[in-house]
Amino acid sequence: MSVIEFRDVVVRYDRRVVVQPFSDRVESGEWLGVIGPNGAGKSSLLRALAGLVPHDGSILVDGHDLAAMSNKDRAKLVAYVPQEPLIPDDMSVFDYVLLGRTPYVSYFGVESRHDRDIVAEAIERLELGAFVERMLGELSGGERQRVVLARALAQQAPVLLLDEPTSALDIGHQQQALELVARLRHDDGLTVIAAMHDLTLAGTYTDRLTMIDQGAVVASGLARDVLTAERLGEIYHVCVTVDLDDDGTVIVVPRRGFPTP
Amino acid sequence: MTERPRDAGWFAGAALVLAVAVLVGVSIGPAGPPWWRVPLALIDHLPLISLDSGVSEAEWNILWKIRMPRVILGGLVGGMLSIAGASYQGVFRNPLVDPYLLGVAAGAGLGATIALTTGRGVTALWPVDPVPTAAFVMALVTVGVTYAVGTSRGLTGAGAGGRSGTTLVLAGIAVVSFATAVQTFILQRHNEVVREVFQWVLGRLSGATWSDVLLILPYVVISSIVLILHRRQLDLFRVGDVEAATLGMSVSRSRLVIVVTATLGTAAVVSVSGLIGFVGLVIPHVIRLMAGASYRRLLPLSLMLGGAFLILVDIPGRMLTNPAETPIGVVTAFIGAPFFIYLLRTRRVPV
Repeated sequence: MSVIEFRDVVVRYDRRVVVQPFSDRVESGEWLGVIGPNGAGKSSLLRALAGLVPHDGSILVDGHDLAAMSNKDRAKLVAYVPQEPLIPDDMSVFDYVLLGRTPYVSYFGVESRHDRDIVAEAIERLELGAFVERMLGELSGGERQRVVLARALAQQAPVLLLDEPTSALDIGHQQQALELVARLRHDDGLTVIAAMHDLTLAGTYTDRLTMIDQGAVVASGLARDVLTAERLGEIYHVCVTVDLDDDGTVIVVPRRGFPTP
Repeated sequence: MTERPRDAGWFAGAALVLAVAVLVGVSIGPAGPPWWRVPLALIDHLPLISLDSGVSEAEWNILWKIRMPRVILGGLVGGMLSIAGASYQGVFRNPLVDPYLLGVAAGAGLGATIALTTGRGVTALWPVDPVPTAAFVMALVTVGVTYAVGTSRGLTGAGAGGRSGTTLVLAGIAVVSFATAVQTFILQRHNEVVREVFQWVLGRLSGATWSDVLLILPYVVISSIVLILHRRQLDLFRVGDVEAATLGMSVSRSRLVIVVTATLGTAAVVSVSGLIGFVGLVIPHVIRLMAGASYRRLLPLSLMLGGAFLILVDIPGRMLTNPAETPIGVVTAFIGAPFFIYLLRTRRVPV
C-alpha cells in the first residue's frame, strides 16, 4: 500500500527534454494507465520512477524521495517490468524468479528458505507450477510474460511498474496477463502504473488514465473523459469512433480514413 | 547453505576428477619410479602411516620436488584462468570474452619483454627473477589504464551508472593494441631476446618449483573465494545491467569488484606461467554445455575442472621432451579445440 507523488518531474536525455514538468499523485492501490503515441515519454516516466534515468524534481513513495535511495532500497519499493525483458534462454524459471529476491539478500549472502518459499508461491500464483524446472528458452511468449511478472511479484514491492506489458502478446494472452495483474493488485493492494498501447484495454483495466504527448500531459482522468474521438484524432492522428458500452466500458474502434482536422 | 542437491553431486564429481588428475599427473613422467608405485609412495609419506612402497629417496625427490610442484602449479593456473574467464564472460555478458580481454596478457607480455631486454644486464645478480614481477605489475597497470579509459561519462547506457560493459571492452581493444605495439617495437630493437620472449608468451609449466606455487597460491585462493562469493551477482548480470539495477544490484560496483578480483588472480598466474591461451575461454563453455549456465554451479566447477584439464594436457608436453618441450599453450589448443568443436556441434549453445 503505497502512495506515489510526482512533483515537477523532468527527464532529459542530454539536453532534450522528454518529460515536461510532470506532477501527479497516485493513490495507494490505484492503477494508473499512461497512454500516448510512440515517443511521447511514457517509458521515460516509468524509467525515472524505476531509477534508471536521472530526473529533476522529486518522486516520493510514501513520502520517501526515491532519488536518495540505494538501488537495493528502491527495489524493495518498486518492481519494474520492462517492455522487452532480457530473457536468458538457459536459465530455469525458478532461478529467474529467484532474482526477484535480490534486494533482500546481503551482498555475499544466499537466499534463505523463506526467500525460496516466496519464490515458489509467486510461481504458483502465476500458474507456472508446471514450469518450475523448465528453461526460459522453452517457454512461449505468454508464459515468459508470466515468468517476468512472477519475478516482479517475488520482489514484494508495493509499487508495480509495467512498460507496455502486453505489446508482444496476442489478444488472449493480453487479457490473461492483465487479468493476472488485476488480481495481484487486488490481493496484495499493489499500486500499479502501466504504460499501455491498446486504448480499449487501458480504459477497461485501469482506474484512471493520463495521456501524454511530447512529454506533456494533455489529459488525465476517467477513461470516458480522456478517450474522446476528437482528442485521439489530434494526438494520435488516428480516425476512430469511441463507443460507451452499457456497463460504462469505453470502446475505441479504429475507422478507415484520416482524421478530420 | 541452501544450494540445490544436484549441485553437490556435480561438485563431488569435479573434485574426484581433479584428484584423479593430480594422481595421474604425479604418476607419469619420463624418469622416476614405475607409475603404480607412486600412490604407495604418497600414502607412505602421509603422517602416521608407513609402508614399503619400493620408491627410493632419489625417486621420491623426483616425485615431490619436480613433478608435484608442476602438477599443483598447473592445477592452480588452469583453475584460475577458467574461473576468471567465466567471471569475465558473466560481467560483460559476452561468450567470446577471455580473462585476457582488458589487457592482462598484453600487459604481462610487455612487462616480461621490458624485463628481458632492458633489465638483463642489471638484474642478472638479483636473487629474485624480475620477469614475473614485471609481468604482474604491467598486467595490472594495463588493466588499470583500460578501466580508466573505459569509464568516460556520456557514452554509457541508462542505468549502468557510468561503466558500461561495451565501453570497457572497446577500451580494452584499444589499450591491448597499444601495449602490443610497444612490445613489438621493443622486440624489433632487441633481436637477441625474441626467442626468449616468444617462449614466455606461449606459456610453460616446466621448471616449476614449490616457491612458484607458494607465490601464486594466495592470489588464486583469495580470487577464487571472492569470485565464488559473487555467484549470485553474476547470475544477475545475465538479465542485463538495466534489469539488474532495478532488482537492487549496484551494477558498476559489482562489475568493478569482479573484474579487479579476476584480473589480480589472472595476472598472478600469468606472471609465473606465461600466456596459456584457450583455457579461460573454453573451459567455462564446456562446463555450461555439460552442467548448465548458473554461476552457482559454473564457478566452482570451472575452478576444479579447469585445473584438472591443465594438469592432464601438461602430461604429453612433459613426455615429448625432444628436441624442445612443446609449449603448453599449443597443447591446450591442440587438444581442447577439437573437443570444443565436438561439443558445439552436438549440443545446443547457450550464450
